[in-house]
Amino acid sequence: MSTATADAPHRTRSAAPIRPRRAQGRTGGILLTILAWAAGLIFFAPVAWMVLTSFKQESQAASNPPTFFFTPTLDQYASIIGSSGAGSYLLNSMIATVGSTLLVLVLAVPAAYAVSIRPVKRTQDFLFFFISTKMLPVVAVIMPIYVIAGQIRMLDNILTLIVLYTAMNLPIAVWMMRSFFLEVPGEVLEAASIDGASLLRTMRTVLLPMVAPGVAATALICVIFAWNEFFFALNLTAANAATVPIFLMSTMTSEGQFLARLSAASVLASLPVVLAGWIAQKQLVRGLSMGAVK
Amino acid sequence: MSTATDTPVGRGPDAPRTSSAQKPRDRAPHDGEYSKAEAWRRRLPLMPAFLFVVICTQIPFLLTIWYSLRSRNLLRPEGEKFVGLRNYLDIFVDSTFRTAALNSILFTLGCVVVSLLLGLGLALLLDRKFFGRGFIRTLLITPFLIMPVAGAMLWSISMFDPTYGLVNWLIGTVGISPVDWTSQFPMVSIIIALVWQWTPFMMLLLLAGLQSQTGDVLEAASMDGAGPGKTFVHITLPHLRFYLELSVLLGAIYVVNTFDQIYLMTAGGPGTASANLPFYIYQRAFLGFDIGQSAAMGVVTVIATIVIATFALRLIFTSINSKEQS
Repeated sequence: MSTATADAPHRTRSAAPIRPRRAQGRTGGILLTILAWAAGLIFFAPVAWMVLTSFKQESQAASNPPTFFFTPTLDQYASIIGSSGAGSYLLNSMIATVGSTLLVLVLAVPAAYAVSIRPVKRTQDFLFFFISTKMLPVVAVIMPIYVIAGQIRMLDNILTLIVLYTAMNLPIAVWMMRSFFLEVPGEVLEAASIDGASLLRTMRTVLLPMVAPGVAATALICVIFAWNEFFFALNLTAANAATVPIFLMSTMTSEGQFLARLSAASVLASLPVVLAGWIAQKQLVRGLSMGAVK
Repeated sequence: MSTATDTPVGRGPDAPRTSSAQKPRDRAPHDGEYSKAEAWRRRLPLMPAFLFVVICTQIPFLLTIWYSLRSRNLLRPEGEKFVGLRNYLDIFVDSTFRTAALNSILFTLGCVVVSLLLGLGLALLLDRKFFGRGFIRTLLITPFLIMPVAGAMLWSISMFDPTYGLVNWLIGTVGISPVDWTSQFPMVSIIIALVWQWTPFMMLLLLAGLQSQTGDVLEAASMDGAGPGKTFVHITLPHLRFYLELSVLLGAIYVVNTFDQIYLMTAGGPGTASANLPFYIYQRAFLGFDIGQSAAMGVVTVIATIVIATFALRLIFTSINSKEQS
């Protein structure tokens, strides 16, 4: 019996010492592990190929059969970073992303507080309204937005993108922050209100520290969507306010099939969000489900 | 604090959902418990966000409805006039519009169904301890994090290029002759790129669902002699229902608005074979400058979305409420 328990050192449910599971045995487990590894590698393969290509010379990048072994070069990265204008695209993306994320948080935190900590009747209606705007196809409102922005001379202005990205992420943020506020124990709030703390002080000293991880998770989701946004940037910006996705697209169309250079640009453009997502995997799930799943 | 409550003392922020979810009911007042002024005071923090969203989404949409009733082409500014519902009649006899509508449905259905199934499979694979599990999970979520513009170009050039694409080289090793993917199979190519991007999303949600299952139930089922298959069908699947619904709804919301991949991989082509509604409306608005008709198409799209979404939302709201109150 001692060997049997040694087979299942962790008393988790997958390794629980139960007969039918063990009958399936170690070979089954190994097969599943191999399958999981294979699936992971297959899904990652295009990304790996992109990274590999970015370290090639152009002739190696567009070869048939594909080049697997080569002397890596940083030429493509140097050319992207040194290319004129790359800095301004990057700066625009950063301003649009950070600006809209901050604005979202400023608006979403009080709103989420109102619908969760001190709900009133029709709270559900407000929540319903917020989520329903996410279903409004963006393309149905792009024309009026374009016309209005043109009339108030806000076309090709980074402020326009900040406002639109805020509107795009605000519903998600309200839902997400709501789920974090709902977790604050009621006793804490009662205690604070009995101590006579004002609303703002309760918020600052009691509530915000407790939901700080939620604020961070919400910010992460807003950053991901704002950084990667393409449609508004394509239609509402030109030379001045264009963001990184537009730079990436122009790399392809203006320079044809310079695949290695394009790959290097893609890697650089994706890197911030990929790294942030890798680090904050747990928060990612919660954010993507608007707080419904932990 | 001398009132006798049955809530446990010292419950941390990580308290299980079941207990925290009762709070909205505890705190929610009965109608008429306080004055109108108090109600507005409580609602006040909600207002800035509410007004912001109304101004940015509802007002432009009202303008879209207004545009849709007028004949207006940006290239001919003098020709603007009220035409009633003529734009709507025009788009209903427009066969391209019908193709685009059908394509929208095909893209959404194809992508959501395939990525849901793949995501479920991957979630099941990851729902057990094995060597390198965290690493594999990290690899698997990467396609979702890659900038969609980069992903679209990665697929259309590095993967699907007829002469040096990786996919043609791969099928060449088993003797299949090269295929010009994005022109011969534009829909399939785009769906593959979309599935690649959205499978991690489905996997993450479903994996969270699987991991919220309590071990006791599974153990009990096993004790009762249920095999893995039976346990999955009778216990895991019903438990996952909420997560499956959520994945489908959220996935569909995002996928139905797909633009990046279509714009960059096929430009809706060849011809209009792979245009969906967002892309076709974009084309009419920004390349054709036909404001009236593109607005009418936008309105029709929104109405269709509302009809489908209301149905889906009701479903999700019931499950969220029943879950929070369970």
